[in-house]
Amino acid sequence: MINLFDLLIMPFADFAFMRRALIGSIALSIGACPIGVFLMLRRMSLVGDAMAHAILPGAALGYLFAGLSLGFMTAGGLIAGFIVALLAGLVTRITILKEDAALASFYLISLAGGVVLVSLRGSNVDVLHVLFGSVLALDDHTLLLLAIAASVSLLSLAVLFRPLVLECVDPSFLRTVSNSGSLSHYGFLALVVLNLVAGFHALGTLLSVGLMMVPAFAARFWSSTLDGMILFATLIGVLSSSLGIVISYHAGTPTGPTIILSAGAFYLLSILFGQKNGLILRLLPRKHLVA
Amino acid sequence: MTKPRASFVQLKDVTLGYDRHPAVHHVSGCFEAGSLTAVIGPNGAGKSTLLKAIAGTLKPLDGTIVMGTDSPRLAYLPQLAELDRDFPISVEDLVGTGFWRKIGSFRRYSSNDRLLIDETLEKVGLVGFNKRLLGTLSGGQLQRVLFARLMVQDAEIILIDEPFAAIDTKTVSDLIGLVQHWHHEGRTIIAVLHDMSLVAEFFPDCLLLARECVAWGATSHILTPDHLAKARTMIEANDPHADTCERAA
Repeated sequence: MINLFDLLIMPFADFAFMRRALIGSIALSIGACPIGVFLMLRRMSLVGDAMAHAILPGAALGYLFAGLSLGFMTAGGLIAGFIVALLAGLVTRITILKEDAALASFYLISLAGGVVLVSLRGSNVDVLHVLFGSVLALDDHTLLLLAIAASVSLLSLAVLFRPLVLECVDPSFLRTVSNSGSLSHYGFLALVVLNLVAGFHALGTLLSVGLMMVPAFAARFWSSTLDGMILFATLIGVLSSSLGIVISYHAGTPTGPTIILSAGAFYLLSILFGQKNGLILRLLPRKHLVA
Repeated sequence: MTKPRASFVQLKDVTLGYDRHPAVHHVSGCFEAGSLTAVIGPNGAGKSTLLKAIAGTLKPLDGTIVMGTDSPRLAYLPQLAELDRDFPISVEDLVGTGFWRKIGSFRRYSSNDRLLIDETLEKVGLVGFNKRLLGTLSGGQLQRVLFARLMVQDAEIILIDEPFAAIDTKTVSDLIGLVQHWHHEGRTIIAVLHDMSLVAEFFPDCLLLARECVAWGATSHILTPDHLAKARTMIEANDPHADTCERAA
Protein backbone atom coordinates (compact mmCIF):
# COMPACT_ATOMS: atom_id res chain seq x y z
CA MET A 1 0.00 0.00 0.00
CA ILE A 2 1.21 3.46 -0.77
CA ASN A 3 1.74 5.40 2.39
CA LEU A 4 0.74 9.04 1.94
CA PHE A 5 2.92 10.04 4.87
CA ASP A 6 6.02 8.53 3.29
CA LEU A 7 5.11 10.04 -0.03
CA LEU A 8 4.33 13.61 0.98
CA ILE A 9 5.81 14.32 4.42
CA MET A 10 8.93 12.15 4.79
CA PRO A 11 11.02 13.92 2.16
CA PHE A 12 10.60 17.17 4.08
CA ALA A 13 11.10 15.54 7.48
CA ASP A 14 14.28 13.84 6.32
CA PHE A 15 16.03 16.57 4.39
CA ALA A 16 16.66 20.20 5.32
CA PHE A 17 17.24 21.17 1.67
CA MET A 18 13.71 19.98 0.87
CA ARG A 19 12.27 22.14 3.65
CA ARG A 20 14.26 25.12 2.39
CA ALA A 21 13.04 24.55 -1.14
CA LEU A 22 9.45 24.40 0.12
CA ILE A 23 9.70 27.60 2.18
CA GLY A 24 11.51 29.44 -0.60
CA SER A 25 9.03 28.55 -3.30
CA ILE A 26 6.05 29.33 -1.04
CA ALA A 27 7.53 32.78 -0.39
CA LEU A 28 7.94 33.21 -4.15
CA SER A 29 4.32 32.21 -4.79
CA ILE A 30 3.01 34.67 -2.20
CA GLY A 31 4.98 37.51 -3.75
CA ALA A 32 4.67 36.75 -7.44
CA CYS A 33 1.19 35.26 -7.97
CA PRO A 34 -0.81 38.44 -7.14
CA ILE A 35 1.46 40.36 -9.52
CA GLY A 36 0.71 37.78 -12.19
CA VAL A 37 -3.05 38.37 -11.79
CA PHE A 38 -2.59 42.08 -12.51
CA LEU A 39 -0.32 41.38 -15.49
CA MET A 40 -2.94 39.02 -16.91
CA LEU A 41 -5.83 41.45 -16.37
CA ARG A 42 -3.85 44.28 -17.97
CA ARG A 43 -3.16 42.07 -21.01
CA MET A 44 0.52 42.26 -20.13
CA SER A 45 1.08 38.52 -19.73
CA LEU A 46 4.13 38.57 -21.98
CA VAL A 47 5.70 41.54 -20.19
CA GLY A 48 6.96 39.14 -17.53
CA ASP A 49 8.81 37.21 -20.23
CA ALA A 50 10.32 40.35 -21.68
CA MET A 51 11.41 41.46 -18.22
CA ALA A 52 12.99 38.08 -17.51
CA HIS A 53 15.12 38.46 -20.64
CA ALA A 54 16.03 42.00 -19.61
CA ILE A 55 17.19 40.80 -16.19
CA LEU A 56 19.35 37.96 -17.48
CA PRO A 57 22.32 40.07 -18.67
CA GLY A 58 22.35 42.01 -15.41
CA ALA A 59 22.57 38.84 -13.41
CA ALA A 60 25.23 37.46 -15.75
CA LEU A 61 27.31 40.64 -15.35
CA GLY A 62 27.02 40.31 -11.59
CA TYR A 63 28.32 36.77 -11.96
CA LEU A 64 31.25 37.97 -14.08
CA PHE A 65 32.23 40.48 -11.43
CA ALA A 66 31.90 38.38 -8.35
CA GLY A 67 31.11 34.81 -9.25
CA LEU A 68 28.06 33.15 -7.75
CA SER A 69 27.47 36.07 -5.40
CA LEU A 70 23.90 36.54 -4.22
CA GLY A 71 24.32 40.28 -3.74
CA PHE A 72 25.99 41.07 -7.07
CA MET A 73 23.68 38.91 -9.16
CA THR A 74 20.60 40.31 -7.42
CA ALA A 75 21.75 43.90 -7.78
CA GLY A 76 22.71 43.31 -11.43
CA GLY A 77 19.33 41.81 -12.21
CA LEU A 78 17.41 44.57 -10.42
CA ILE A 79 19.37 47.35 -12.10
CA ALA A 80 19.04 45.86 -15.58
CA GLY A 81 15.30 45.30 -15.04
CA PHE A 82 14.65 48.80 -13.69
CA ILE A 83 16.62 50.47 -16.48
CA VAL A 84 14.71 48.59 -19.18
CA ALA A 85 11.34 49.33 -17.50
CA LEU A 86 12.16 53.03 -17.14
CA LEU A 87 13.49 53.46 -20.68
CA ALA A 88 10.51 51.60 -22.14
CA GLY A 89 8.10 53.77 -20.15
CA LEU A 90 9.93 56.92 -21.23
CA VAL A 91 9.90 56.02 -24.91
CA THR A 92 6.19 55.11 -24.66
CA ARG A 93 5.37 58.49 -23.20
CA ILE A 94 7.44 60.76 -25.42
CA THR A 95 7.45 58.99 -28.80
CA ILE A 96 4.95 57.39 -31.14
CA LEU A 97 5.95 53.81 -30.16
CA LYS A 98 3.48 51.81 -28.06
CA GLU A 99 4.49 50.11 -24.84
CA ASP A 100 4.95 46.62 -26.30
CA ALA A 101 7.30 47.88 -29.02
CA ALA A 102 9.30 50.00 -26.58
CA LEU A 103 9.66 47.15 -24.10
CA ALA A 104 10.60 44.62 -26.78
CA SER A 105 13.28 46.90 -28.20
CA PHE A 106 14.98 47.50 -24.87
CA TYR A 107 14.91 43.95 -23.60
CA LEU A 108 16.42 42.76 -26.88
CA ILE A 109 19.17 45.40 -26.62
CA SER A 110 19.76 44.39 -23.02
CA LEU A 111 19.89 40.70 -23.87
CA ALA A 112 22.25 41.18 -26.82
CA GLY A 113 24.45 43.56 -24.83
CA GLY A 114 24.68 41.06 -22.03
CA VAL A 115 25.73 38.24 -24.34
CA VAL A 116 28.41 40.44 -25.96
CA LEU A 117 29.81 41.52 -22.59
CA VAL A 118 29.97 37.97 -21.35
CA SER A 119 31.77 36.74 -24.47
CA LEU A 120 34.23 39.70 -24.38
CA ARG A 121 35.40 38.53 -20.99
CA GLY A 122 36.17 35.26 -22.75
CA SER A 123 35.22 33.27 -19.69
CA ASN A 124 33.05 30.24 -20.11
CA VAL A 125 30.35 31.32 -17.71
CA ASP A 126 28.15 28.63 -16.36
CA VAL A 127 24.84 30.42 -16.82
CA LEU A 128 22.83 27.30 -16.14
CA HIS A 129 22.32 28.50 -12.59
CA VAL A 130 20.92 31.79 -13.83
CA LEU A 131 18.80 30.17 -16.49
CA PHE A 132 17.26 27.38 -14.47
CA GLY A 133 17.92 28.23 -10.84
CA SER A 134 18.75 25.89 -8.03
CA VAL A 135 15.75 25.56 -5.78
CA LEU A 136 17.29 22.58 -3.95
CA ALA A 137 20.37 24.58 -2.97
CA LEU A 138 18.91 27.65 -1.26
CA ASP A 139 21.20 28.91 1.50
CA ASP A 140 20.16 31.10 4.43
CA HIS A 141 20.88 34.36 2.66
CA THR A 142 18.91 33.37 -0.41
CA LEU A 143 15.95 32.28 1.72
CA LEU A 144 16.09 35.60 3.53
CA LEU A 145 16.16 37.41 0.19
CA LEU A 146 13.10 35.49 -1.03
CA ALA A 147 11.22 36.27 2.19
CA ILE A 148 12.11 39.98 2.04
CA ALA A 149 11.14 40.18 -1.62
CA ALA A 150 7.75 38.58 -0.89
CA SER A 151 7.11 40.92 2.06
CA VAL A 152 8.12 44.06 0.18
CA SER A 153 6.06 42.95 -2.79
CA LEU A 154 2.89 42.31 -0.75
CA LEU A 155 3.18 45.55 1.22
CA SER A 156 3.87 47.64 -1.88
CA LEU A 157 1.00 46.04 -3.71
CA ALA A 158 -1.30 46.97 -0.81
CA VAL A 159 -0.12 50.59 -1.05
CA LEU A 160 -0.48 50.72 -4.83
CA PHE A 161 -3.68 48.68 -4.96
CA ARG A 162 -6.34 51.33 -5.47
CA PRO A 163 -4.56 53.50 -8.05
CA LEU A 164 -3.37 50.36 -9.82
CA VAL A 165 -6.91 48.98 -10.14
CA LEU A 166 -8.17 52.33 -11.39
CA GLU A 167 -5.23 52.64 -13.79
CA CYS A 168 -6.33 49.27 -15.23
CA VAL A 169 -10.08 49.98 -15.45
CA ASP A 170 -10.25 53.63 -16.30
CA PRO A 171 -6.88 55.33 -16.81
CA SER A 172 -8.35 58.53 -18.24
CA PHE A 173 -10.49 58.96 -15.12
CA LEU A 174 -7.49 58.43 -12.86
CA ARG A 175 -5.66 61.13 -14.82
CA THR A 176 -8.39 63.68 -14.07
CA VAL A 177 -8.53 63.02 -10.32
CA SER A 178 -4.94 62.24 -9.43
CA ASN A 179 -1.43 62.11 -10.81
CA SER A 180 -0.61 58.80 -9.18
CA GLY A 181 -1.11 57.00 -12.50
CA SER A 182 2.51 56.87 -13.59
CA LEU A 183 3.70 56.24 -10.02
CA SER A 184 1.50 53.17 -9.76
CA HIS A 185 2.53 52.02 -13.23
CA TYR A 186 6.27 52.23 -12.57
CA GLY A 187 5.83 50.94 -9.03
CA PHE A 188 4.04 47.95 -10.43
CA LEU A 189 6.76 47.27 -13.03
CA ALA A 190 9.34 47.53 -10.24
CA LEU A 191 7.43 44.82 -8.38
CA VAL A 192 7.47 42.63 -11.49
CA VAL A 193 11.25 43.04 -11.69
CA LEU A 194 11.72 42.43 -7.95
CA ASN A 195 9.76 39.19 -8.03
CA LEU A 196 11.50 37.92 -11.15
CA VAL A 197 14.92 38.66 -9.67
CA ALA A 198 13.97 36.89 -6.44
CA GLY A 199 12.59 34.07 -8.56
CA PHE A 200 15.70 33.42 -10.60
CA HIS A 201 17.67 32.24 -7.60
CA ALA A 202 15.19 29.41 -7.17
CA LEU A 203 13.70 28.81 -10.60
CA GLY A 204 16.01 30.64 -12.99
CA THR A 205 15.21 33.78 -14.95
CA LEU A 206 13.20 32.01 -17.61
CA LEU A 207 11.04 29.83 -15.39
CA SER A 208 10.36 32.31 -12.59
CA VAL A 209 7.90 33.95 -15.00
CA GLY A 210 6.05 30.64 -14.99
CA LEU A 211 5.31 30.71 -11.28
CA MET A 212 4.16 34.31 -11.67
CA MET A 213 1.82 33.82 -14.63
CA VAL A 214 0.52 30.24 -14.88
CA PRO A 215 -1.31 30.19 -11.48
CA ALA A 216 -2.94 33.52 -12.44
CA PHE A 217 -4.30 32.01 -15.65
CA ALA A 218 -5.66 29.02 -13.72
CA ALA A 219 -7.27 31.31 -11.13
CA ARG A 220 -9.27 33.03 -13.87
CA PHE A 221 -11.36 29.85 -14.07
CA TRP A 222 -12.21 29.79 -10.34
CA SER A 223 -13.26 33.33 -9.51
CA SER A 224 -14.68 36.34 -11.31
CA THR A 225 -13.64 38.91 -8.72
CA LEU A 226 -10.19 40.45 -8.32
CA ASP A 227 -9.80 39.39 -4.66
CA GLY A 228 -10.88 35.86 -5.55
CA MET A 229 -8.41 35.61 -8.42
CA ILE A 230 -5.53 36.81 -6.25
CA LEU A 231 -6.40 34.28 -3.53
CA PHE A 232 -6.80 31.38 -5.95
CA ALA A 233 -3.62 32.29 -7.84
CA THR A 234 -1.57 32.35 -4.64
CA LEU A 235 -3.12 29.11 -3.47
CA ILE A 236 -2.44 27.40 -6.81
CA GLY A 237 1.11 28.78 -6.76
CA VAL A 238 1.75 27.34 -3.29
CA LEU A 239 0.21 23.98 -4.22
CA SER A 240 2.18 23.73 -7.47
CA SER A 241 5.41 24.52 -5.64
CA SER A 242 4.81 21.89 -2.97
CA LEU A 243 3.64 19.27 -5.44
CA GLY A 244 6.47 20.03 -7.87
CA ILE A 245 9.11 19.63 -5.18
CA VAL A 246 7.66 16.30 -4.01
CA ILE A 247 7.32 14.91 -7.53
CA SER A 248 10.84 15.96 -8.49
CA TYR A 249 12.13 14.23 -5.33
CA HIS A 250 10.48 10.94 -6.16
CA ALA A 251 10.91 11.03 -9.93
CA GLY A 252 14.39 12.52 -9.93
CA THR A 253 13.39 15.32 -12.31
CA PRO A 254 14.84 18.85 -12.14
CA THR A 255 12.83 20.73 -9.50
CA GLY A 256 12.23 24.16 -11.05
CA PRO A 257 10.71 22.86 -14.28
CA THR A 258 8.69 20.28 -12.33
CA ILE A 259 7.13 23.08 -10.24
CA ILE A 260 6.10 24.93 -13.39
CA LEU A 261 4.80 21.69 -14.93
CA SER A 262 2.66 21.17 -11.82
CA ALA A 263 1.28 24.68 -12.24
CA GLY A 264 0.65 23.80 -15.88
CA ALA A 265 -1.30 20.72 -14.77
CA PHE A 266 -3.43 22.87 -12.45
CA TYR A 267 -3.97 25.24 -15.35
CA LEU A 268 -5.18 22.50 -17.71
CA LEU A 269 -7.44 21.05 -15.00
CA SER A 270 -8.86 24.52 -14.37
CA ILE A 271 -9.64 25.03 -18.05
CA LEU A 272 -11.58 21.75 -17.97
CA PHE A 273 -13.21 21.80 -14.54
CA GLY A 274 -13.16 25.49 -13.53
CA GLN A 275 -16.24 26.96 -11.86
CA LYS A 276 -16.10 30.05 -14.04
CA ASN A 277 -16.31 29.26 -17.75
CA GLY A 278 -14.65 25.87 -17.37
CA LEU A 279 -15.19 23.73 -20.48
CA ILE A 280 -17.00 20.82 -18.77
CA LEU A 281 -19.48 23.13 -17.08
CA ARG A 282 -20.12 24.86 -20.37
CA LEU A 283 -20.79 21.57 -22.18
CA LEU A 284 -23.14 20.18 -19.50
CA PRO A 285 -26.76 20.52 -20.57
CA ARG A 286 -28.02 23.02 -18.00
CA LYS A 287 -31.25 24.95 -18.31
CA HIS A 288 -31.02 28.71 -18.45
CA LEU A 289 -32.30 30.84 -15.58
CA VAL A 290 -35.39 33.03 -15.50
CA ALA A 291 -33.47 36.28 -15.02
CA MET B 1 -25.46 67.13 -0.21
CA THR B 2 -23.78 70.52 0.07
CA LYS B 3 -24.79 73.07 -2.49
CA PRO B 4 -22.05 73.11 -5.10
CA ARG B 5 -20.23 76.34 -5.77
CA ALA B 6 -20.58 77.33 -9.36
CA SER B 7 -17.55 78.05 -11.46
CA PHE B 8 -17.14 79.52 -14.91
CA VAL B 9 -14.76 78.30 -17.59
CA GLN B 10 -13.18 81.01 -19.69
CA LEU B 11 -11.26 80.35 -22.89
CA LYS B 12 -8.73 83.03 -23.77
CA ASP B 13 -7.63 82.69 -27.40
CA VAL B 14 -7.20 78.95 -26.95
CA THR B 15 -5.52 76.84 -29.64
CA LEU B 16 -5.44 73.10 -29.08
CA GLY B 17 -3.94 70.38 -31.18
CA TYR B 18 -1.65 67.47 -31.64
CA ASP B 19 1.90 67.64 -32.95
CA ARG B 20 1.55 71.41 -33.65
CA HIS B 21 -1.45 70.87 -35.97
CA PRO B 22 -4.35 72.79 -34.46
CA ALA B 23 -7.63 70.92 -33.91
CA VAL B 24 -9.20 73.93 -32.19
CA HIS B 25 -7.98 77.26 -33.49
CA HIS B 26 -8.03 80.58 -31.57
CA VAL B 27 -11.25 80.16 -29.60
CA SER B 28 -12.28 82.75 -27.01
CA GLY B 29 -15.36 82.91 -24.86
CA CYS B 30 -16.85 81.93 -21.55
CA PHE B 31 -19.01 79.12 -20.20
CA GLU B 32 -20.80 81.13 -17.49
CA ALA B 33 -21.09 79.78 -13.95
CA GLY B 34 -24.17 77.56 -13.76
CA SER B 35 -24.68 77.45 -17.52
CA LEU B 36 -25.74 74.37 -19.46
CA THR B 37 -24.00 74.35 -22.83
CA ALA B 38 -24.04 71.90 -25.71
CA VAL B 39 -20.91 71.76 -27.86
CA ILE B 40 -21.88 70.77 -31.40
CA GLY B 41 -20.18 70.55 -34.77
CA PRO B 42 -19.15 68.06 -37.46
CA ASN B 43 -16.82 65.14 -36.81
CA GLY B 44 -13.25 66.35 -36.38
CA ALA B 45 -14.41 69.80 -35.31
CA GLY B 46 -12.37 69.61 -32.11
CA LYS B 47 -15.24 69.07 -29.64
CA SER B 48 -13.64 66.22 -27.70
CA THR B 49 -10.28 67.97 -27.86
CA LEU B 50 -11.81 71.04 -26.23
CA LEU B 51 -13.24 68.93 -23.41
CA LYS B 52 -9.89 67.21 -22.85
CA ALA B 53 -8.21 70.58 -22.55
CA ILE B 54 -10.76 71.90 -20.04
CA ALA B 55 -10.40 68.66 -18.08
CA GLY B 56 -6.66 69.33 -18.00
CA THR B 57 -5.49 66.19 -19.80
CA LEU B 58 -4.35 68.13 -22.89
CA LYS B 59 -2.11 71.19 -22.71
CA PRO B 60 -3.12 74.13 -24.95
CA LEU B 61 -0.66 74.92 -27.77
CA ASP B 62 -1.55 78.56 -27.21
CA GLY B 63 -3.81 80.68 -25.01
CA THR B 64 -5.14 79.91 -21.54
CA ILE B 65 -8.16 78.37 -19.88
CA VAL B 66 -9.26 80.13 -16.69
CA MET B 67 -11.75 78.78 -14.17
CA GLY B 68 -13.75 80.63 -11.54
CA THR B 69 -12.07 79.10 -8.55
CA ASP B 70 -8.44 78.10 -8.24
CA SER B 71 -8.89 74.35 -8.31
CA PRO B 72 -12.55 73.74 -9.02
CA ARG B 73 -13.99 70.28 -8.54
CA LEU B 74 -14.25 69.06 -12.08
CA ALA B 75 -15.81 65.85 -13.35
CA TYR B 76 -15.12 64.56 -16.85
CA LEU B 77 -16.85 61.71 -18.62
CA PRO B 78 -14.94 60.89 -21.83
CA GLN B 79 -16.31 58.67 -24.59
CA LEU B 80 -16.65 55.05 -23.54
CA ALA B 81 -13.70 53.70 -25.48
CA GLU B 82 -11.08 54.11 -22.75
CA LEU B 83 -12.83 51.96 -20.14
CA ASP B 84 -11.71 48.33 -19.74
CA ARG B 85 -15.05 46.59 -19.28
CA ASP B 86 -13.46 43.17 -18.82
CA PHE B 87 -11.67 44.16 -15.63
CA PRO B 88 -13.37 42.48 -12.65
CA ILE B 89 -14.64 45.45 -10.68
CA SER B 90 -18.12 45.84 -9.19
CA VAL B 91 -20.57 48.63 -9.92
CA GLU B 92 -20.33 50.04 -6.39
CA ASP B 93 -16.53 50.02 -6.45
CA LEU B 94 -16.48 51.93 -9.73
CA VAL B 95 -19.04 54.46 -8.49
CA GLY B 96 -16.98 54.72 -5.28
CA THR B 97 -13.94 55.88 -7.25
CA GLY B 98 -15.90 59.14 -7.61
CA PHE B 99 -14.89 59.83 -3.98
CA TRP B 100 -11.22 59.77 -4.99
CA ARG B 101 -10.55 63.39 -4.07
CA LYS B 102 -11.85 62.67 -0.59
CA ILE B 103 -10.44 59.22 0.14
CA GLY B 104 -7.49 58.94 -2.26
CA SER B 105 -5.46 55.75 -2.23
CA PHE B 106 -5.74 54.84 1.42
CA ARG B 107 -8.72 56.19 3.37
CA ARG B 108 -11.92 54.22 3.95
CA TYR B 109 -15.36 55.09 2.72
CA SER B 110 -17.47 56.53 5.54
CA SER B 111 -20.90 55.02 6.15
CA ASN B 112 -22.30 58.22 4.64
CA ASP B 113 -20.30 57.61 1.49
CA ARG B 114 -21.73 54.09 1.22
CA LEU B 115 -25.22 55.45 1.74
CA LEU B 116 -24.62 58.03 -0.97
CA ILE B 117 -23.50 55.30 -3.38
CA ASP B 118 -26.76 53.42 -2.75
CA GLU B 119 -28.85 56.57 -3.14
CA THR B 120 -27.06 57.52 -6.32
CA LEU B 121 -27.54 54.08 -7.85
CA GLU B 122 -31.24 54.47 -7.06
CA LYS B 123 -31.31 57.85 -8.80
CA VAL B 124 -29.83 56.42 -11.99
CA GLY B 125 -32.27 53.52 -11.89
CA LEU B 126 -29.86 50.74 -10.89
CA VAL B 127 -31.18 49.59 -7.52
CA GLY B 128 -29.57 46.33 -6.46
CA PHE B 129 -26.76 46.52 -9.00
CA ASN B 130 -24.10 47.16 -6.31
CA LYS B 131 -22.23 43.87 -6.65
CA ARG B 132 -22.68 43.37 -10.38
CA LEU B 133 -19.44 43.22 -12.36
CA LEU B 134 -18.85 45.81 -15.07
CA GLY B 135 -18.60 43.17 -17.79
CA THR B 136 -22.20 42.03 -17.19
CA LEU B 137 -23.76 45.43 -17.92
CA SER B 138 -25.37 46.60 -21.14
CA GLY B 139 -24.15 49.79 -22.81
CA GLY B 140 -27.02 51.82 -21.37
CA GLN B 141 -26.53 50.43 -17.86
CA LEU B 142 -22.83 51.20 -18.01
CA GLN B 143 -23.57 54.80 -18.95
CA ARG B 144 -25.95 55.00 -15.98
CA VAL B 145 -23.15 53.75 -13.72
CA LEU B 146 -20.80 56.41 -15.09
CA PHE B 147 -23.45 59.08 -14.51
CA ALA B 148 -23.75 57.81 -10.93
CA ARG B 149 -20.01 58.30 -10.51
CA LEU B 150 -20.30 61.84 -11.91
CA MET B 151 -22.92 62.56 -9.25
CA VAL B 152 -20.76 61.13 -6.48
CA GLN B 153 -17.95 63.42 -7.60
CA ASP B 154 -20.17 66.36 -6.65
CA ALA B 155 -18.37 68.62 -9.14
CA GLU B 156 -18.78 72.31 -9.87
CA ILE B 157 -17.92 71.77 -13.52
CA ILE B 158 -19.21 68.71 -15.36
CA LEU B 159 -17.86 67.75 -18.80
CA ILE B 160 -19.59 64.97 -20.74
CA ASP B 161 -18.47 63.76 -24.16
CA GLU B 162 -21.21 62.27 -26.37
CA PRO B 163 -22.99 60.60 -23.45
CA PHE B 164 -25.96 59.45 -25.53
CA ALA B 165 -24.19 57.70 -28.41
CA ALA B 166 -25.73 54.26 -29.10
CA ILE B 167 -28.15 54.42 -26.17
CA ASP B 168 -31.91 53.77 -26.25
CA THR B 169 -34.49 56.57 -25.87
CA LYS B 170 -35.63 55.55 -22.38
CA THR B 171 -32.07 55.74 -21.05
CA VAL B 172 -31.44 59.01 -22.88
CA SER B 173 -34.52 60.64 -21.35
CA ASP B 174 -33.58 59.38 -17.86
CA LEU B 175 -30.03 60.68 -18.20
CA ILE B 176 -31.20 64.02 -19.67
CA GLY B 177 -33.40 64.33 -16.57
CA LEU B 178 -30.28 63.98 -14.41
CA VAL B 179 -28.43 66.59 -16.46
CA GLN B 180 -31.31 69.03 -15.99
CA HIS B 181 -31.31 68.30 -12.26
CA TRP B 182 -27.57 69.15 -12.08
CA HIS B 183 -28.35 72.34 -13.98
CA HIS B 184 -30.98 73.31 -11.39
CA GLU B 185 -28.42 72.65 -8.66
CA GLY B 186 -26.33 75.38 -10.27
CA ARG B 187 -23.48 73.31 -11.67
CA THR B 188 -21.69 74.37 -14.84
CA ILE B 189 -22.26 71.71 -17.50
CA ILE B 190 -20.59 71.34 -20.89
CA ALA B 191 -21.77 68.45 -23.09
CA VAL B 192 -20.62 67.34 -26.55
CA LEU B 193 -23.72 66.25 -28.47
CA HIS B 194 -24.76 65.20 -31.98
CA ASP B 195 -28.55 65.06 -31.62
CA MET B 196 -29.79 68.54 -32.61
CA SER B 197 -33.32 67.93 -31.35
CA LEU B 198 -31.96 67.16 -27.86
CA VAL B 199 -29.83 70.29 -28.01
CA ALA B 200 -32.76 72.46 -29.08
CA GLU B 201 -35.05 71.06 -26.40
CA PHE B 202 -32.84 70.84 -23.33
CA PHE B 203 -29.72 73.00 -23.71
CA PRO B 204 -30.15 76.78 -23.20
CA ASP B 205 -26.67 77.57 -24.58
CA CYS B 206 -24.75 76.22 -27.50
CA LEU B 207 -21.22 76.41 -28.91
CA LEU B 208 -20.95 75.54 -32.60
CA LEU B 209 -17.41 74.46 -33.26
CA ALA B 210 -15.74 73.72 -36.58
CA ARG B 211 -12.09 73.93 -35.56
CA GLU B 212 -12.83 77.61 -35.02
CA CYS B 213 -15.75 78.97 -33.05
CA VAL B 214 -18.54 79.39 -35.62
CA ALA B 215 -21.10 80.72 -33.14
CA TRP B 216 -21.59 80.73 -29.39
CA GLY B 217 -24.64 81.90 -27.45
CA ALA B 218 -28.30 81.14 -26.80
CA THR B 219 -29.22 77.94 -28.61
CA SER B 220 -32.11 79.52 -30.55
CA HIS B 221 -29.65 81.97 -32.12
CA ILE B 222 -27.05 79.37 -32.91
CA LEU B 223 -29.02 76.59 -34.60
CA THR B 224 -29.67 78.52 -37.81
CA PRO B 225 -29.20 77.14 -41.34
CA ASP B 226 -26.56 79.78 -42.02
CA HIS B 227 -24.41 78.78 -39.07
CA LEU B 228 -24.75 75.06 -39.75
CA ALA B 229 -23.85 75.51 -43.41
CA LYS B 230 -20.79 77.50 -42.39
CA ALA B 231 -19.73 74.76 -39.97
CA ARG B 232 -19.88 72.20 -42.80
CA THR B 233 -17.32 74.09 -44.88
CA MET B 234 -14.68 73.90 -42.17
CA ILE B 235 -11.06 73.72 -43.23
CA GLU B 236 -9.56 70.25 -42.99
CA ALA B 237 -7.23 69.89 -40.04
CA ASN B 238 -3.74 68.46 -40.19
CA ASP B 239 -2.57 69.62 -43.63
CA PRO B 240 1.00 68.26 -43.70
CA HIS B 241 2.19 71.28 -45.70
CA ALA B 242 0.50 73.91 -43.52
CA ASP B 243 2.47 77.10 -42.81
CA THR B 244 2.99 78.31 -39.27
CA CYS B 245 0.10 80.36 -37.94
CA GLU B 246 1.01 84.07 -37.67
CA ARG B 247 -2.24 85.23 -36.08
CA ALA B 248 -1.50 87.38 -33.03
CA ALA B 249 -2.11 85.56 -29.78
